[in-house]
Amino acid sequence: MSYDLAVVGAGPAGLTAARVAAKRGLRVALIDGYARTGGQFLRGAAQPRLTGVEVKLGQRVWAVEKSPGGFQVHASATTTAATLLIATGAHDTVLPFPGWDLPGVLTAGGAQALVKGERIRPGAEMVVAGTGPFLLPVAVTLLEAGVRVKEVLEANRPSPLMAAALARNPSKAAEALAYVRRLAAARVPYRTGHAVVAAHGKDSVEGVTVARLTPEWRPYAWRTVDCDTVAVGYGFTPQVDLALQLGCELSGDHVVADDRQRTSVEGVLAAGEVTGVAGAPSAVVEGALAVHSLVGEPPPRLLAEKARLRRFARALERSYPVRDGWRDWLTPDTVVCRCEEVTLRAIDEARDLGAHDPRTLKLLARPGMGWCQGRMCGHAVARLTGHEPAPQKRPFAQPITLADLTLHDREDNA
Amino acid sequence: MVGAGIVGASCAYALTRAGVRVTVVDRGGVASGTTGAGEGNVLVSDKEPGPELELALRSNTLWRELDAECGGFEWEAKGGLVVAETPEVLDALTAFAASQQGVESAVVDPRDLEPHLAEGLAGGVHYPQDAQVQPMLAAARLLRASGARLVQTAVERFLVSGDRVTGVRTGQGDLYADAVVNAAGTWAGSFAQAPLPIRPRKGFILVTQPFAVPPVRHKVYTAAYVTNVASDAEGLETSGVIESTQAGTVLIGASRQRVGYDTAIDYTVLAKLARQAVGLFPVLADAQVMRAYAGLRPYSPDHLPVIGPDHRLGGLFHACGHEGAGIGLAPATAEMITAQVAGGTPPVDPAPFAPGRFA
Repeated sequence: MSYDLAVVGAGPAGLTAARVAAKRGLRVALIDGYARTGGQFLRGAAQPRLTGVEVKLGQRVWAVEKSPGGFQVHASATTTAATLLIATGAHDTVLPFPGWDLPGVLTAGGAQALVKGERIRPGAEMVVAGTGPFLLPVAVTLLEAGVRVKEVLEANRPSPLMAAALARNPSKAAEALAYVRRLAAARVPYRTGHAVVAAHGKDSVEGVTVARLTPEWRPYAWRTVDCDTVAVGYGFTPQVDLALQLGCELSGDHVVADDRQRTSVEGVLAAGEVTGVAGAPSAVVEGALAVHSLVGEPPPRLLAEKARLRRFARALERSYPVRDGWRDWLTPDTVVCRCEEVTLRAIDEARDLGAHDPRTLKLLARPGMGWCQGRMCGHAVARLTGHEPAPQKRPFAQPITLADLTLHDREDNA
Repeated sequence: MVGAGIVGASCAYALTRAGVRVTVVDRGGVASGTTGAGEGNVLVSDKEPGPELELALRSNTLWRELDAECGGFEWEAKGGLVVAETPEVLDALTAFAASQQGVESAVVDPRDLEPHLAEGLAGGVHYPQDAQVQPMLAAARLLRASGARLVQTAVERFLVSGDRVTGVRTGQGDLYADAVVNAAGTWAGSFAQAPLPIRPRKGFILVTQPFAVPPVRHKVYTAAYVTNVASDAEGLETSGVIESTQAGTVLIGASRQRVGYDTAIDYTVLAKLARQAVGLFPVLADAQVMRAYAGLRPYSPDHLPVIGPDHRLGGLFHACGHEGAGIGLAPATAEMITAQVAGGTPPVDPAPFAPGRFA
């Protein structure tokens, strides 16, 4: 069976697109690697009714290919559709620091997913650190799960740009204020210009070093805080693997999409964080707009809403950048690539051997060659060679078994 | 030296040791082309008797010396194991092995050497001289040890004065030299002033998850690989080539296609490689594939490397066209080029590799 539309990713963008498409009479398949819909943002929320949508969960998409009638989406089964919507979201951006390879160091998104999706309390006493407003809901989620959140540390300083953006977006301001009040009520300090610059412990985290940061994130004035778990998040990186496989144009870290979510490749749409991190409300609007590129005209109201939310997202992005001072947190023994256990010393040796770009560094010292394929260390490795982090082509967006791969020998199928 | 792949790096190393001052120019930096897309094969097993086998045997000796002198590139004399599915193929393989003068080989029960091999194979031949290096590290270490300067920029053309090459024009200006060595790999044929019939032959490699103890010890390949290496076929050819690396991953090849400079992923070809790997090592069926990449092997019409002085222009030397054997053949190529540039007699006769043979 071939669909009119295949949606990859059942987060806010994908869910909205699938629902709207079904309502408009399109044959639509919604595919997600997780066992429930919702994606990262709606993880653990009640499952929405998706009348008329073919929902394919637990299907981790490892590749998409052009085919004569449209596209093939390869997971444990292959789905074919005339149009493809990539709504694969984003993952946490993380930075290395001494001890970040200890058990008990989680990403902010990962900590939140444990609570929302698995109803697991990640730790008893936690520190939340990183940059961006996402740290606030993560801390609140942890509080509500019964975690004693000792501190929330924002590496950047308060930004006038952000204050202005909040003033123009009262609903966002109210949301932020509610989080801040909740933290204050629980007596959780929220400190700007601070970061976790090291984690300590024998077999798992027993404490962290917290430092004050200069505006460029160089540490000074250190102290230790006892905790058993730390959640770190330095923003988000769009998951553009599928778009790259199809050759969609990118700008920086995200897929380029027009006002109706069309990418540079005919028949391929993209919506939500994959087109630039802007949050769930924006993803919902873009999911709906994507369907309008197939059926009818986009309502001006949606276009205006998208523009407004994107403006806010740009203000966020400029207010919470990752600054290069984190490199001073590292020691020669700090593991930069956790999968392949590549230390800063090994990276410096490879640079000394002539690795002046992320690819050569990977070839000589192996960072990014392991299980996560550079999703965790990619940002750091790029910056350590003086390059802007750029998405890498990954022929396998997810690992698959050799046995499953043999099934794609098409001459045998014919 | 145009090119900072394994051939350029090996030549730089040998030449500087002979007292030549060398500057290496590469648009992508060290090991950014075919060297960075291979398995690091140092093979004698797949070479037919003839000049390439001589070069491979000499290289095999030189690699051992380089490991002792320089090292740091995961040299591993793991040995090769060629397996035959049927008695007929085994007979042909055994006869082939007997014809390879100077090559050590022994007919074996393949499962004695590789306990995880599939049952039902007719037999195999063990080649203890076959070895592996980490090719990117090898190029980088040799280049570093040479002391040669690396300039990362594109070579646009040769500078020619009369009938001599006097240097190269690069993206960062002109570089003058008494001799220019063309070690530009897949792109070595494309210099307008001294073209060569070098073309790309695409290949894919699959990389599995890391294993604590990889289930493959030797370089294991099917007898069909030898036929494919020497083949002139235009279309897709695949044969199972499986080995592990010191990082614990298993590398799976090999495919050959003539599709120009296109390095796009083709999942049908990857699926065929997977099928062959699981056929040889059923234990790999549940292994996760993490990565795949394509590389371009630079080949010449007679599948021999192109090594020696250009037949049209003085001061220009070629060291290219090694197809899929560049890592293995690099040290002996460098030895030959050094003798030709700096004076001396190389141990292997350079005549069969002369660039003028296609004229």
